[in-house]
Amino acid sequence: MQYTILILVLPLLSFIVLGLVDSKWKPRVAGTIGTVVLGIITALSYYTAWEYFSLHRIAGVYEKVIPVNVEWLRFTDLLHINLGILLDPISVMMLVVITTVSFMVNIYSLGYMLNEKGFERYYAFLSLFTFSMLGLVIATNIFQMYIFWELVGVSSYLLIGFYYTKPSAIAASKKAFIVTRFADLGFLIGILVLSFYTKTFDFGTLTSGNPAVFAGTVGQTFMGYSVLSWAMALIFIGGAGKSAMFPLHIWLPDAMEGPTPVSALIHAATMVVAGVFLVARLFPVYVTYTPDVLHGIAYVGAFTSLFAAVIACVQTDIKRVLAFSTISQIGFMMVALGVSGSGGTEGTGYMASMFHLFTHAMFKALLFLGAGSVIHAVHSNEMNHMGGLRKYMPITNWTFLIACLAIAGIPPFSGFFSKDEILSACYEYSPYMGATMTFIAALTAFYMFRLYYSIFWGKEHKHEHTPHESPFAMALPLVFLATVTVFAGWIPFGHFVTSDRANYDIHLDLTVASVSVIIALCSIGLATFMYRKESQVPKKLATTFAGLHSAASHRFYIDEVYLFVTKKIIFNNISRPLAWFDRHVIDATMNGFAATSQWVSLKIKSFQSGQIQQYAYVFLLGTLVITLLVLFI
Amino acid sequence: MGDLLTSFLSGPVPLEAYLGLSLIMFFAGIYGFLSRKSLLMILISIELMLNAADINFVVFNRYLYPSHLEGFYFALFTIAIAACETAVAIAIIINIYRNLSNVDVENINEMKE
Repeated sequence: MQYTILILVLPLLSFIVLGLVDSKWKPRVAGTIGTVVLGIITALSYYTAWEYFSLHRIAGVYEKVIPVNVEWLRFTDLLHINLGILLDPISVMMLVVITTVSFMVNIYSLGYMLNEKGFERYYAFLSLFTFSMLGLVIATNIFQMYIFWELVGVSSYLLIGFYYTKPSAIAASKKAFIVTRFADLGFLIGILVLSFYTKTFDFGTLTSGNPAVFAGTVGQTFMGYSVLSWAMALIFIGGAGKSAMFPLHIWLPDAMEGPTPVSALIHAATMVVAGVFLVARLFPVYVTYTPDVLHGIAYVGAFTSLFAAVIACVQTDIKRVLAFSTISQIGFMMVALGVSGSGGTEGTGYMASMFHLFTHAMFKALLFLGAGSVIHAVHSNEMNHMGGLRKYMPITNWTFLIACLAIAGIPPFSGFFSKDEILSACYEYSPYMGATMTFIAALTAFYMFRLYYSIFWGKEHKHEHTPHESPFAMALPLVFLATVTVFAGWIPFGHFVTSDRANYDIHLDLTVASVSVIIALCSIGLATFMYRKESQVPKKLATTFAGLHSAASHRFYIDEVYLFVTKKIIFNNISRPLAWFDRHVIDATMNGFAATSQWVSLKIKSFQSGQIQQYAYVFLLGTLVITLLVLFI
Repeated sequence: MGDLLTSFLSGPVPLEAYLGLSLIMFFAGIYGFLSRKSLLMILISIELMLNAADINFVVFNRYLYPSHLEGFYFALFTIAIAACETAVAIAIIINIYRNLSNVDVENINEMKE
């Protein structure tokens, strides 16, 4: 399956060409090139998936295929870094997800971004992002993954700051980059600790289940925990940064400053699930050697999920609602991984997590693209400026409704199936966890329908010009993704992706399913009651629970805490003294060298008079001195 | 003293006399080169030094290897090159004079710094 290298090379080439050409070609040409290249690699990924899932199953278990693996940096015999392509069920599934969403976003952007300045730059960055994300998922070793991990961070930074004349976009891009970089520090230390004790970067070796690999970690402890736990926890911190887990989630809502299709691609469907993918990739290590860390991941995920869902209920910027909803749903995936065991029914959580990743990518991309379509029509992100749009935008309305039903977990839409698997895995782990997640699912249904009714129903806002349905290039991806959302739930996912790569038949747990559906329907009913027509209930509730409401709309003051810690504590007590030291000691030493040499130069400058006779005089004297020395000594 | 003077005047010119002449010419050239301010005078001083060297060539050839001719040819060669060099130098000096109306070495510092 050597051809899979093309999936990586083509978007890179597209990035280089579009980046170099920039505005020398017409915008449409650049957009078309980017989209066509994406189309080609989408087709290639589908073909790869078909070939992999149909041909590479040995005795009921999918084998790991490594079509390409080259040694890239060789430091010593032991320490060498490879670059390669690893195909296994999760990476192939991710290939399909990334290329599909990326392709849809490329098409969509042809309509959405058309008259923006820097259209070519936008497409170049999209290609760079796609390249990095694909490289991340097919990495054969943890170091290669780290390289692409950072590349993904860079392209996210570039795309969030796409409107670089807008100060808020610049601030958001910096925030995203710094927060994720900070988390990546943990990731890097984790990688180093892990590879120091196991003597390998390779995923194949790490996840082979061979205890000899981890022999070096036995008995090694640090502050009461084994070094392996530390390493895996640090690696998870990297994943938590990218996947916006509490308390590193603060960058994601701000990242909505970027263009909406970018939010759909990067901050909903692909990059933010990199953390989930990382945990899934190292899942055998987590589950066998550090189950405590894995349970920690489950609690972090559950808390984040609840926290974000509560905030999403009161936000008024539609993209921010979706951002918090994304955080919440990624929390679901983390929980599912955290409560999972390995193999068979035990491994339901793992399978459910990947399934939810797949379905969520589709319907959340659809939601964001739908939101983009709405923003395109009314030129505002605020809910108050919308309302009653269903008459003007039928396609957006229907596709958005489908996505909302899917995320709320209503059968037969895809979200129902994956969320149901997650819930039953949670109930298996502990009833409390299951109940919590069911409650969050109910919140999800509530805030999504609050969003839906506020945009498409409710009181009609007076528009400057009548809103219109989006152009064909924007409607097509909506319809496609809606179709996927309707049918993706029927994919027998357990046949493809499971924790032990063996076959697993999904069976719906009727109790869990019916309870969650009933609760979701109740939430939707509540949302309908509160938001479908203009009513005073939301306002009354807001005044009754004024404290909670204002705390939630300020996102529980986490940003303020961060600002306080960084600006008041770190800047004043660490950065300023360091800056003083830098200016007055390091810079002063260097300036001292410069000043001294300048002073010396000025002093000896007069020797270089340029007067030839003076030189000749010195020369003559020198000759005489040498002659005398030769003669008399 | 009388004998030396007699042999000096009656016999062939001794080697030391030639060398003394060239020594005087050479240091006269050096003195001129160091002390004169006019480019032309400096050029003349250089010529003086070259000619002192020529005399040395010829004299050493004549007294040490009378059967060989390399020293003579070398002197001729040097004269030819000195002529070329003078031509170039004079051309430069004329140009300087046209630009600055002056050929004093101390005044030629337009290109400095």
